[in-house]
Amino acid sequence: MNEQTTGFAARPRDARVDAIIKVAVMAVGGQGGGVLTGWIEDAARRNGYAVQATSVAGVAQRTGATIYYIEMAPQSDGPDPVFSLMPAAGDVDILVAAEMMEAGRGIMRGFVTPDRTTLIASSHRALAVSEKTVPGDGIANAEDVRSAAETAAARCIIFDMERMAVQAGSVISASLFGALAGSGALPFARENFEESIRASGRGVEASLRAFAQAFDAAAGAAPAEKTTPAAAATPRPAGPDALLHEWEQLAAEVAAMPEPVRAYAAAGLRKVVDFQDLAYGRAYLDRLNAVLAEDDAARDHALGAAAAKYIANAMAYDDVIRVADLKTRGSRFARVRGEVGVAEDQVLRLTEFMHPRGEEICGLLPAGLGARIESSPRAMRLMDRLFNRGRRLRTDGLWAFMQLYVVGGLRGWRRRTLRHRVETEHLEGWLRTAMAYRAQDYDLAVEVLRCRRLIKGYSDTHARGLSKYDRVLEGIALVAAREDGADWARRLREAALQDPQGEALDGALATIRSFASAPPPRG
Amino acid sequence: MAERSFAKEVEKLRLGAGEAFEGEGILAITKALLESGVGYVGGYQGAPISHLMDVLADAEGILSELGVRFEANASEAAAAAMLAASVHYPIRGAVTFKGPVGVNVASDALANLASSGVNGGALIIVGEDYGEGSSIMQERSHAFAMKSQFWLLDPKPNLPAIVKAVEDGFELSEATNTPVMLMVRIRSCHVTGRFTARDNRRPPLTVREALSAPRRDFSRVVLPPMSYTHEQDKVTRRWPDAQRHIRAHGLNEFHGPAEAPVGLVVQGGMYNGVIRALQRLGLADIHGNTEVPLYVLGVTYPLVHEEFLAFCEGKESVLVVEEGQPEFIEQQLATMLYRAGHSTRLYGKGMLPMAGEYTGQVMLDGVEAFLREAAPQYLPAARRAPNREDEPLPVPDLSSVVPGRPPGFCTGCPERPIFAALKLIEDELGQHQISGDIGCHLFGSLPPFEIGGQTMGYGLGPASNAAFDGGGEKRAISLLGDGGFWHNGLSSSITNAVFNNSDTVTVIIDNYYSAATGGQDVPSSRADNPSKSTGHPISDALRGVGVKWVRQIDNTYDVGRMRETLREALTTDHAGPKVIVASSECMLNRQRREKPLKAQAIREGRRVERPKFGVDEDVCTGDHACMRLSGCPSLSVRHTGDPLRDDPVASIDQSCVGCGNCGEVAEAAVLCPSFYRADVVSNPGRVERAAARLRGRVIGWLQARRRARRLDFAEMS
Repeated sequence: MNEQTTGFAARPRDARVDAIIKVAVMAVGGQGGGVLTGWIEDAARRNGYAVQATSVAGVAQRTGATIYYIEMAPQSDGPDPVFSLMPAAGDVDILVAAEMMEAGRGIMRGFVTPDRTTLIASSHRALAVSEKTVPGDGIANAEDVRSAAETAAARCIIFDMERMAVQAGSVISASLFGALAGSGALPFARENFEESIRASGRGVEASLRAFAQAFDAAAGAAPAEKTTPAAAATPRPAGPDALLHEWEQLAAEVAAMPEPVRAYAAAGLRKVVDFQDLAYGRAYLDRLNAVLAEDDAARDHALGAAAAKYIANAMAYDDVIRVADLKTRGSRFARVRGEVGVAEDQVLRLTEFMHPRGEEICGLLPAGLGARIESSPRAMRLMDRLFNRGRRLRTDGLWAFMQLYVVGGLRGWRRRTLRHRVETEHLEGWLRTAMAYRAQDYDLAVEVLRCRRLIKGYSDTHARGLSKYDRVLEGIALVAAREDGADWARRLREAALQDPQGEALDGALATIRSFASAPPPRG
Repeated sequence: MAERSFAKEVEKLRLGAGEAFEGEGILAITKALLESGVGYVGGYQGAPISHLMDVLADAEGILSELGVRFEANASEAAAAAMLAASVHYPIRGAVTFKGPVGVNVASDALANLASSGVNGGALIIVGEDYGEGSSIMQERSHAFAMKSQFWLLDPKPNLPAIVKAVEDGFELSEATNTPVMLMVRIRSCHVTGRFTARDNRRPPLTVREALSAPRRDFSRVVLPPMSYTHEQDKVTRRWPDAQRHIRAHGLNEFHGPAEAPVGLVVQGGMYNGVIRALQRLGLADIHGNTEVPLYVLGVTYPLVHEEFLAFCEGKESVLVVEEGQPEFIEQQLATMLYRAGHSTRLYGKGMLPMAGEYTGQVMLDGVEAFLREAAPQYLPAARRAPNREDEPLPVPDLSSVVPGRPPGFCTGCPERPIFAALKLIEDELGQHQISGDIGCHLFGSLPPFEIGGQTMGYGLGPASNAAFDGGGEKRAISLLGDGGFWHNGLSSSITNAVFNNSDTVTVIIDNYYSAATGGQDVPSSRADNPSKSTGHPISDALRGVGVKWVRQIDNTYDVGRMRETLREALTTDHAGPKVIVASSECMLNRQRREKPLKAQAIREGRRVERPKFGVDEDVCTGDHACMRLSGCPSLSVRHTGDPLRDDPVASIDQSCVGCGNCGEVAEAAVLCPSFYRADVVSNPGRVERAAARLRGRVIGWLQARRRARRLDFAEMS
């Protein structure tokens, strides 16, 4: 195409175009993004701005990610400005994100750019379904989004606006609006924003409270919140003096352990003593000490730390006695009352959902008898017929409470039960396997200890966990001789945590088998 | 009762001449209908025009004051068929539904209507569900206008333009005896703005009055030989009349300088996007005054060749901005240029993508690419040779971090336990052939349930399993919502199954409303509706058409019973269709209805129970089995801060409405004993309070007794 200029004489760029303020609101359906958009629009109009808002109300509103978009410019003579109906990458002045991953989505879509965008985001998380359903830890890393935000935005105002709103008895739209006002990114006075809330006429006082707190937090440049990890204090339990005295001795032993192990051992000791008794705590420390004797300070005591953590979890297995004990404690009743907010003049009714199967009842029986019944299909069928059904227990009532209270008091009996025998044998087998790898490959031993993480849940879920654990350990045996054996063990465990049926694990095992038949590279 | 009430907003519909109207697109459309003297309105809900139906329903009082009949039609086909009133009578009628799926359903009636031709103005307002926020397949309603020869308006996406298009549409329809489709896109339905109102007009002839003086004209019937005459009439009279009318009334607009080497031909709905691209390139001011000539098509069918060829006069190249595929407009314009022997070069698809929404970036890239190729002198120097040196720091890639967030069941949704039961029965009896349908229940095909792998159209779930009607080792399962059941399902799916002795299982999900579209009433709704007849049970209709095996479940939250009933349906030796009606009210609507009543009752000192579920953290092992049978927004996971735990544990937040799914699923699937339900009783009776106090004392004593004999770590943290 030849350079020709007929019919065109460039005029200077219209400065008013650059003065259009573009605001995108990214939210999860049901968060009140529509209310917030209405307020912003109203505030703009109060200040003599021409304004246009749009949304994509559809099924996306039903808990899905959704977006609202507002453009505004000072009202001038002549026709109304022509505004866009949707945000464009690189052309958004203010991005309001009602949740941290939605801020991330805004960044991904290019709505946050360093030349212009003020990012106002609530740091809290509303987890997506995919984050909740993985058997392991599927929660996306909000820190990644935060650091991306700091690179991408001209300015970031990020704090937990959800909590602020709930504390004020309001919803997040109010605190987001407060943060937007407090950020100064819109050229309107505080009163105008508040006026818009008042004009909307619903839940005004609570909204104004949440607005004010968020306004101050945003205007005060929002103190960078850093989540401080809870200090691993060494607190004292309450109880009879004789028990306390014995506890002090065990606790002192933990306090003398190497630093990387200490926090786990302290929590572990608490857990097993709470589960059973001080003698059980002694047994825990004995098992742990046996591992520590073979630990390596040069490896930062990774073996000891893993042992401290997972031996405690293995010893405090989830049997009927433990569940009944936890459910009937006074501290638990107090916690529930606090959580649901029971006032003085209200009554709380509490229902537990239990479904013990024949196996659980067998587990409570003396080991020999329980095992005999379990080995007889006919007896098991009878057990199931007698016990296997859903039970709803009203633990605010005396009858159901007493049932659980009695079961919860069977701790003295526990050592004789079938379940205890099964769990103890499994625990010892696991420790033996791990420590057998110790001499040859320290890291592999650590990984084997960590495989205990796979065993969790109740009934079928528990059985699936055990089967995954077994398969992972079989896989580990195949790669134990390799230099990268520990790395493979970690990969197998992570695969096992990806999906409930263990499909990812099967894939990883198939890979291992494909090369395990070849001679090992180590020579 | 619809999800969103427009009771307050509809008062704006009373504004008189000269007053300023401020509000949303759909409300403006309603106002424009009243200003146009419309005689009857109707339609079928569906995003993005669901709210238009809600506005019409909420405005029924105002409508009847003006003698306007409002019909909540049973389907889009029924709505389109209603326009038959405008065939013989000089009455303006308007119906609304979503496009293109609603237009698909309506197309039978629309084709007949277009053949007959109309006497009174007939307007079809279509919410085109295309691009971001859409819930359907990505197609264009445009093709229907072309095949049936009715006219398609595509106004600029601002309130004055949309309002004007309503009046223009009626006039065009009457001038050419042709129905007119007015298309609004997702965002223009909800765009806010203002326009100057006119007075509402009573229809010169109301439908009620028309009944007193019936008319008929045999030549309008679609039968040979009239149908041949209709076709000729369409092309020899109506079409050229339309082109003349469009020119005479300036329904297409020209913007920018009269002479330029290039120009843009733009669908009306694309106008704001194009202007924004030009603004960003420094070629348009804030009001849209552009330096590149624009030919804005307020009417995208039929096209007016005289106008287009005149626009091309003196231009070397023009770019057609036409969203979606195929490029119907571009093809027609190319034909016009070719036939006229014109040398102007036509650009369109290629500069802009063939498929997908024309977002801000796409539009900017497309317009810029066109100008760079056809008239680079238009581009600012900086864009002609972009300086790549001051590129900002690259932003970390978050695509592996940020999870997808598709729509899902709301907190407490009564459909969740149905899908939990289906998942449990599949665990037990193996995978089955399952078809979904249109409605909220289609979310069951997404994680965590992943049930149902096909959807063939509204009310067609069971019909789409018809090939498996003969049965086999395992029965096929179909899902069908109450909305779909009344829309089309009763005849196309259920009667079809009865007639063919279908050996399949159908689960009808009855949540008392057309819930996905915003909670509109359907015939089986249980609420009293002042102007519609509700309370017609689905199970009665089933038996009426000959289904013998019907199971009515009135509490979908009973997962155990749900599973048992499914098992029975899948294993019974009953011949013929097995239909389960699973009924519980949409929780969104129920909460909206009950919350104020409960608050009122508490204020008045009456006894009220408020349920909420919770999780005992120390009992939960973090295996997340419950999540895989829930996906409830209020049931989430969180890290406890306990160094011994790797995985987050379940946790239920304040938004829980106590629907019961968590407990039911834990029980039915034998998951774990972590869940508890806490019912807080406000204003308990004296006896109840005293009994609770007594029980509390005994329990407290027992708890203290045990606590005193052991080490208690509860206060530690």
